[in-house]
Amino acid sequence: MTSHQHAANPAQNYLNHPKGVWSWLTTTDHKRIALLYLFTILLSFFAGGVAALVMRTELMFPGHDLVSADTYNRLFTLHGVLMIFLFIVPGIPATMGNFLLPLMIGAKDVAFPRLNLLSYYIYVIGALFGVAALANPVDTGWTFYTPYSMDTGTSVVLMTAAAFILGFSSILTGLNFIVTVHKLRAPGMTWSRLPVFVWGTYATAVIQTLATPVVGITLLLLIMERLMGVGIFDPKLGGDPVLFQHMFWFYSHPVVYIMVLPAFGVVGEIIPVFSRKPLFGYRIVCLSSLAIAIIGFVVWAHHMFVAGISDTAAIYFSIITFAVAIPTAIKVFNWVSTMYKGSIRFDTPMLYAMGFVFLFLVAGTTGIYLAALAADVFYHDTYFVVAHFHYTIQGGAVIGLMAALHFWFPKMTGKMYNETVGKIAWILVFIGFNLTFIPQFGLGMEGMPRRYYDYLPEFQSMHSLSTIGAYVNAFGYSFALFNLLWAWIFSKNYAPANPYESLSLEWQTPSPPPTENFVETPIVTDWTYGYGTPLKSGAH
Amino acid sequence: MSHGLFRTEWVAGEPPDIHHMDVPTAYDAAKLGMWLFLATEILLFGGLFAAYALFHWAYPTEFHHASKELNWKIGAFNTCVLLISSFYAALSVDAAQHNNNKKVVRYLLITLGCGLIFLVVKYFEWTGKASHGLFPGTSGEHGAFNSPEFNHSYRMFFGLYYCMTGLHALHVIIGMAILAWAANLARKGRFSKRYYTPVEVGALYWHLVDLIWIYLFPLLYLVG
Repeated sequence: MTSHQHAANPAQNYLNHPKGVWSWLTTTDHKRIALLYLFTILLSFFAGGVAALVMRTELMFPGHDLVSADTYNRLFTLHGVLMIFLFIVPGIPATMGNFLLPLMIGAKDVAFPRLNLLSYYIYVIGALFGVAALANPVDTGWTFYTPYSMDTGTSVVLMTAAAFILGFSSILTGLNFIVTVHKLRAPGMTWSRLPVFVWGTYATAVIQTLATPVVGITLLLLIMERLMGVGIFDPKLGGDPVLFQHMFWFYSHPVVYIMVLPAFGVVGEIIPVFSRKPLFGYRIVCLSSLAIAIIGFVVWAHHMFVAGISDTAAIYFSIITFAVAIPTAIKVFNWVSTMYKGSIRFDTPMLYAMGFVFLFLVAGTTGIYLAALAADVFYHDTYFVVAHFHYTIQGGAVIGLMAALHFWFPKMTGKMYNETVGKIAWILVFIGFNLTFIPQFGLGMEGMPRRYYDYLPEFQSMHSLSTIGAYVNAFGYSFALFNLLWAWIFSKNYAPANPYESLSLEWQTPSPPPTENFVETPIVTDWTYGYGTPLKSGAH
Repeated sequence: MSHGLFRTEWVAGEPPDIHHMDVPTAYDAAKLGMWLFLATEILLFGGLFAAYALFHWAYPTEFHHASKELNWKIGAFNTCVLLISSFYAALSVDAAQHNNNKKVVRYLLITLGCGLIFLVVKYFEWTGKASHGLFPGTSGEHGAFNSPEFNHSYRMFFGLYYCMTGLHALHVIIGMAILAWAANLARKGRFSKRYYTPVEVGALYWHLVDLIWIYLFPLLYLVG
C-alpha cells in the first residue's frame, strides 16, 4: 500500500537513542511518551486491582472479615478513582494512541510534541494530588455525589483537585490528537483511508476535548462549595444536588466512550489482520465511532432515572440511550462479518479481540435492561449495574488494551513474547473475568445493592464465586503482563518489521521504529485493509 | 535533528525550525489547536452559565435584588477597558504581519495595561463587597449573609458572582502571561509576516477572555 523504502539502521531506534534517564524524562518523542504513560497507568491498574481484591476478599463471607465498614467505603472509592481517572481514561489514548497515531497516519510526531510531554507531567501532578489524598482517603464513591461529598470529613478537595488536574491532561492530549489527525496526515492518507484505530482515537479526542471541561467546572464548584459554601449544590442554601449529578454525568457518561472507543479501534485493526480479510463495512464502522461520540453527549441523565428527574426527561433520555445500541451493534456485526469465511489465526491478540466482542456484546445487551425505565428502577444501584459497567469497561476497554499491548508489542519493543504463555494467560483472564461478574448479574437481579459492606447469608455462594473469579482474573492479568515484561527484557526472539503481515503503515517501518518513525515520509496509495491472501509465513 | 525539549536557536523574523512539520502546517496546527482550546474554555464557563440560568429561573426576584448590590457603572467601565484591550491585541497581530516588532510591543503593552486596570478595578470591587459581608461563607456577626434580608438565594447570586468573575479573572491573568511572553518575543525582533504565530494565538485567547466578560457583565450587573 505504500511506496516508500525502509533502509534504517535497525540497531539505532527510538528505545536506545538517545540514551539516559534524563533523555527519557525530557523526551518529546510520542513513542517514548507513550511508554512513560504505559508504566504509570499500569502502576495505577495494579494499585486499583489490589483495592478490588481486598474488597472482594472482604465480601467472600458475610459480616466483618478483613476491613472495617469505613475502610470498605474508602476502598471502593479508591478503586473507582484509580481505575477511572488514573488508569482507563488515559489507558488506550495516551499509551497506544500516542504510540500509534503518528505512525498510522505517516507523521513524524504529534502536532505539539512539547504539549504532549506537558500533558504527561500534568497527569503525574494529578496523580500526586491523588496520593496526597490518601492521608485521609475519600469515602464518597468515585462519583463524588453531593450533598454527602460536601459534608464528609475525608479529603474530597484534594481528590477532586486531582481529578480536575488529570482532566486537564486529558484535554491537552485530545486537542493534540485532533490537530494531528487534521494537519499531519501523510500524502495520500485521506480520511477514507484512515485506519479505524485512528478514527476511534479521533472520536475519543473529540469527547476528551469537549466533555472534560464540564466535569472540570463541576469539580471546581464542588471544591468552592467545600471551601466557601457558595450553595450551588447545597439544598440547605437553596442549591440543587441533582444539578451536580447532571453536570457530573454530562462528562462522565461520554467518558465511558473515551474508554471504549479506542478499544473498538484496536479490535477493528486486529480482526482483519488475523482473518486475512478486508474490514467489512469500513466506512460505516468509522462513522459509527463518530455517531457514538455524538449520541454519547446527550444520554447522560440515564444515570439519574431514580434521582427525581421529570418523566418527560426520563423518557427522552431512555429513548436516546436505546439509540446508542445502533452504532455499537453496527460495529459488532461488522467485526463478525469480517471474520466470516476468513482464514482466522488464533494468536493471542486475536483471542483478546474475539473475547472483547463477546464481552462487549454482554455489556451492550445488559445495558438495554438499564436503559429501560421500568427495569432500571429495580436494577439501579444493584450489583447488576456493577456487572454491566465492568463488562463494558473491563471487558471492553481493559481487554482492548490487552489486545493492543499484545498486538503491537513486537512493534513497540522489537521482541516477540511467548505465545503459549500469552494464550494461557488469556484463558485465565477470560474465565476469571466471567466468573467474577456473571454471579454479580445474579446478585443484582436478586436485589443485592452495590457498595454494601455486608450482605444476607443467601447471597454468599454468588459472592464467593465472584471473589474466586476476581483472584483468577488478577492472576491472569499478572501472568500476561509478566510474560510481556519478561520477553521485553530477556527474550532473544527479535521481531521482524511486520510479523503479522499487516498492511497498516506502522508495520512498514522497522521494529522498533527509528526516532523519526519513517526514514522517508510514506506516500499512501490505498486503504489499510486490502487483505485477501492467507498468511504466507507464521508469526512465530 | 534537533527536537529537544528546549529550543533556543532562532533567526529574527524566521519561523522556528520544527522537525516534524513544515511552516504553513505548523501555523495552521497552532491556530486549530488554539480554537479547540477556546472551545474547551467556553464549555468550562458553560457549566457556570448553566448554573446561573437554572438559579436565575428558580429565584428571579432574589437575583434581581442581589444584582442591584453591584455597581453597573464599574462593570461598564471594565467592559470598555477590555474592549479597548482587545482592539489593541488585534492591532498587534496586524503590526506583526507588517514586520513591525516595535509596534507589536507597544500595542501589547497597552493590552497588558488594560488587563491590569481591569484586575485592579475588580480587586476593589471584590474587597468592597466582601467588607460589606457579601461573601460566601462569611460567618461574622455583621456579615450581610447573616442578616434576615439576605436570604439564601441572595447568597447564591453572590456565590455565582464570585465563581464566575473569579474564574474569569484567573483567565485574564493567564491571558496576560501569554501576551507578555509574545511581547517579549517581539522585543527581541522575533516576528515578521513569515512568522507571527505566538501573537496571533495569544490575541485569539485574549479575545475569548474579553468575550466571556461581555456575557458576564449583562448577566451579573444588568439582567438581574
